[in-house]
Amino acid sequence: MTTSSVSANGFNKFLHSIRIPPVYYFLLVIFIGGAALDFYFADGQILTNRAILTNIFVRSVALGIVAVGQTFVLIGASIDLSVAYTISMTAVMSSFIMQGDPTKVPTAIFVVFIIGAVIGLVNGLIITKLGVNSFIATLGTALILKGILNATFANFTGSVPRSYETFGYGRIGPIPISIFVLLGVVLLGWFILARTKFGSQLYGVGGNSEVARLSGLRTHRVLIGAHVICSLTAVLTGLFIVSRLRAGAPWIGPDGVYDLESVATTVIGGTALSGGKGGVWGTLGGVLIFGVIDTLFNQLGVNPFLKNVLRGVIIILAVASYTLRSKREAA
Amino acid sequence: MTTTTMAKSSRAVKVLNTIWTWIKKIPPVYPIFILIFLTVGFLNPNYQTANGIFVFLRRASPLAILAIGQMFVLSSGGFDLSMGSLVTFVIVGSSMLLNNDPEKAMITIVIMLGVGVIVGLINGVTVSFLKVPSLIVTLGMLLLVKGVAMFWSGGAPRGYFTDNFRIFGRGNIENVPIFGKFPIALLIMIVIALLSYYLFHKSNFGKQILAIGDNVRASQLSGVRVRVIRVLAFVYSALLAVVAAILLGGYGGISTNVGDGLEMQAVSAAVVGGTLLLGGKGSVPSVVFGAFTLEALFNLLNLLGLPKPYKDAVQGLIIIGAVAYVALSTRKKR
Repeated sequence: MTTSSVSANGFNKFLHSIRIPPVYYFLLVIFIGGAALDFYFADGQILTNRAILTNIFVRSVALGIVAVGQTFVLIGASIDLSVAYTISMTAVMSSFIMQGDPTKVPTAIFVVFIIGAVIGLVNGLIITKLGVNSFIATLGTALILKGILNATFANFTGSVPRSYETFGYGRIGPIPISIFVLLGVVLLGWFILARTKFGSQLYGVGGNSEVARLSGLRTHRVLIGAHVICSLTAVLTGLFIVSRLRAGAPWIGPDGVYDLESVATTVIGGTALSGGKGGVWGTLGGVLIFGVIDTLFNQLGVNPFLKNVLRGVIIILAVASYTLRSKREAA
Repeated sequence: MTTTTMAKSSRAVKVLNTIWTWIKKIPPVYPIFILIFLTVGFLNPNYQTANGIFVFLRRASPLAILAIGQMFVLSSGGFDLSMGSLVTFVIVGSSMLLNNDPEKAMITIVIMLGVGVIVGLINGVTVSFLKVPSLIVTLGMLLLVKGVAMFWSGGAPRGYFTDNFRIFGRGNIENVPIFGKFPIALLIMIVIALLSYYLFHKSNFGKQILAIGDNVRASQLSGVRVRVIRVLAFVYSALLAVVAAILLGGYGGISTNVGDGLEMQAVSAAVVGGTLLLGGKGSVPSVVFGAFTLEALFNLLNLLGLPKPYKDAVQGLIIIGAVAYVALSTRKKR
């Protein structure tokens, strides 16, 4: 009885999820606007260049992977602001353990995933068992990680072996491996959210935690699960970045503003901050918007400070285009 | 005979009980602050003198002002993450406007307060009328305001602050009876705290903020102009950020990263001062002491000789602990 209603629910979700999220229309607008700028300032050489188009995707990989995790957490009406330092922790620890030795790669990957799982578990436990607001809880763990990292490692530590750099730079045919990894993570995220019991439960917990609890869900476990998943995606992002940079440093995560940008792209992708609504395909669209804008600005040589100004405006406008029609008051 | 003694003892118990309920009503931030401050005073004799205490209070004043502003927004159910970069903007922008000319100090301050009003208005209007969650709005604003500051100054502000601009941050009022020297920054903080106390605890404005934070729909139905009040809360918060920036600039001079992370410190101070996130509860005096507690704690870490990064780690533990304490104690009551 319960299982059939859950799977019926899952089927509805599936039907719902194959509808194109509205963020892709926004992406199209950005792309056309970008093409106009490109045509005007660079004779249309930017967006017709295949290398640059590929680059848009590669730029999106780091943010995209962790944004998928952030989507899980936001659907559960929680938030994870510790991802940036989880990324730093992964980058530093993995290159510290590897020290350029190919035989140590599996150990390093194993260790950082364990660390990531522990961070997610701690986040989840603080939020559910201690009843701490998720914003404060993950901000707190972020500060703790930041303190530990900055007290222990000054700058680049260790290095990754050549063979490991394949993750960041390798290609299958003309397409970089990292794009397959990103798509794999998105597909896996979609599968978990739309097709598994855990996914449906997460939407339930995010929609109304009290109702979910009263109808017999173990809401705490579901939320802790979402946080562990989010931290694990942050670890994967960290592993990707360290393979591109060839060594890890504590400033990698905060420098990329992965905490706030993963939240922003997820919300632009249509996942509500109040939880219970959204999906990973929308998030991918949001990430690609950032990728297009970033690449375009870089190619056009826009002042990096001005880039941040425009980025702030775009985040606010993109989210406003969704929320404008809602009848509820925002906070 | 026995009945009278029993009556007497039960009266004593009653008195003790009332005292106990009084004690229980004291927000935990006060005993915690006293404990930390006494430890700091014990470790560093500087803090045993009036002068040392004033130096401490002057340093804590900007954070207290920021925390009060943050509390207004938090109590209405929002967040203001743009505070820190607004501080950076004011400091960098002032150095550009001043251009080393003391005569321009007044006009610079007026312009910066105007910028504060504009930033607050944009924040508030976007939240209230475009219905974008404040976390996203003020986050976008954080990028935007800092971007404008850096673009304007080209990443490296030039010049210095003139003395009449710096006086608010580091000046003293001389020959004050009893105290001797009295820091201007502390005076400004006290004036702002009194004004905020009136606004938040005595006026309709404060009551409406709390009502919105408690239940938006209910307050809307009972006639609170939710959107206007929200906008005003954001404007007030941004204005206080400008004031805090002028004090910080006066104290520390020009730098492009003064504001980094200040918004989080302000949230932490407000939370340590018992402010309920997502609205409904807050108190100006407790938040001021929340800021003092945080500053005293940073001093304590310094005195203990811990490397600077541990400041962050301890701040993280503190805010988790403070919120967990409130959450667990309210859960018990249910």
